[in-house]
Amino acid sequence: MTDRNDTATRVMALIEPFNKKGVEVTEATRFAQDLEWDSLTVLDFVANIEDEFDILITMNQQAEIENVGQLIDAVGTLKAG
Amino acid sequence: MVDLLDKFQPLIDQREALLSTGLTDPFNLVMEEVLSPTVAVCNGKRTILLGTYNYMGMTFDPDVIAAGKQALDDYGSGTTGSRVLNGTYAGHKACEEALKDFYAMDHAMVFSTGYQANLGIISTIAGKDDYIVLDIDSHASIYDGCALGNANIVPFRHNDVEALEKRLKRIPEGAGVLVVLEGVYSMLGDIAPLKEMVAVSKAAGAMVLVDEAHSMGFIGENGRGVAEAQGVTDDVDFIIGTFSKSVGTVGGFCVSNHPKFEILRLVCRPYVFTASLPPSVVATAATSIRKLMHGADKRAHLWENSRKLHAGLKALGFTLGTDTPQSAIIAVIMPDLEKGAAMWEALLHEGLYVNLARPPATPSNMTLLRCSLCAEHSSDQVDQILGMFATAGRATNCIN
Repeated sequence: MTDRNDTATRVMALIEPFNKKGVEVTEATRFAQDLEWDSLTVLDFVANIEDEFDILITMNQQAEIENVGQLIDAVGTLKAG
Repeated sequence: MVDLLDKFQPLIDQREALLSTGLTDPFNLVMEEVLSPTVAVCNGKRTILLGTYNYMGMTFDPDVIAAGKQALDDYGSGTTGSRVLNGTYAGHKACEEALKDFYAMDHAMVFSTGYQANLGIISTIAGKDDYIVLDIDSHASIYDGCALGNANIVPFRHNDVEALEKRLKRIPEGAGVLVVLEGVYSMLGDIAPLKEMVAVSKAAGAMVLVDEAHSMGFIGENGRGVAEAQGVTDDVDFIIGTFSKSVGTVGGFCVSNHPKFEILRLVCRPYVFTASLPPSVVATAATSIRKLMHGADKRAHLWENSRKLHAGLKALGFTLGTDTPQSAIIAVIMPDLEKGAAMWEALLHEGLYVNLARPPATPSNMTLLRCSLCAEHSSDQVDQILGMFATAGRATNCIN
């Protein structure tokens, strides 16, 4: 399994508990529009991602992340950095 | 032409739907006469004020009013200038001296509003490669201070010491860090575990700013706030406060012991590029601050009021924002905006004004009826308030 695939699997697993509407999640799925997450859900989810990968995703960086694919890429970059 | 105001259509629709039911607009109330810190006339009706943040009831203090009148006569109606040009009068310096004495700190900087104090200090001291770590439930002025600056912004779960510590540990070595906390969080009226939070922040090498807007005057032995009550004032680098609550006028400030603090007067844009407070305002503020140093009896009565209202509302069956009374704010949690607005109107009908607070100002999308007590509320008034809550609550089916 490549590093990105591994990251993707772990990210998808962390999305699931917050996927209250049972949306089918792909890399194109958008957090605000498709998953309809509010700011508190985002905070909890981001905290879980940060703990899982031992990284920090600032609000400035979060503003650039709209969909699942972008998050997986961002996690990859932050892990490397 | 794209109508730039179209983006507000959902809010316009929501308001129209709510008001079409015949409800009084909760955000358009006019105080026709103000009789005292606790009573005003609204819609021709005598109304008890329970949503003013006028915690210490200083707005009608005779000494405060006399000082303001004298300053109007002596210095005129306004300064028409920036603090760094022609806008610093003797009164502004006297006001800063009063703050230094009140907090026992070396430096004080007076801003035109509390909002600008947060906006200015936060955006100025945290630069491009620095980090601001803040509680997710921080006041809008703190978020706007972050937005005005260029720092990296890292939020953590409300009042969660472990979440704060984890984030501090992940910040790159050598980066500048400002941790922003509040003593009392104004929506639910809960206090922060500052002792633990300041300790983990200092251990991580961060500087700490605490907004004590809702605690000045009545929390802590000298009314300096939650940091004083929890014994960590010496480890707090910057305290932000306001004149528009316990002090009873308008304006904001930052106090600090930092040896380089005075340079901020030249580099802080929300301080430099706005007119200073009118002479009458700083005169009332300075007088009020000095009187608040000796307000132990009023403080004790305010706490009595807070405990009595909290216990009474709980006994009536309302859901409150905190299990115990932690400040002078008691938040009643409403099931939704419709019910909240109906209850707000029913209370107004009874002769009681409280704040209706709604998302996005509130945490977790809650609708709140926020009550803030005043040291000038008599015990009888608190009884009347509880009676009004009982009647309005039953009329709107909020309680049985």
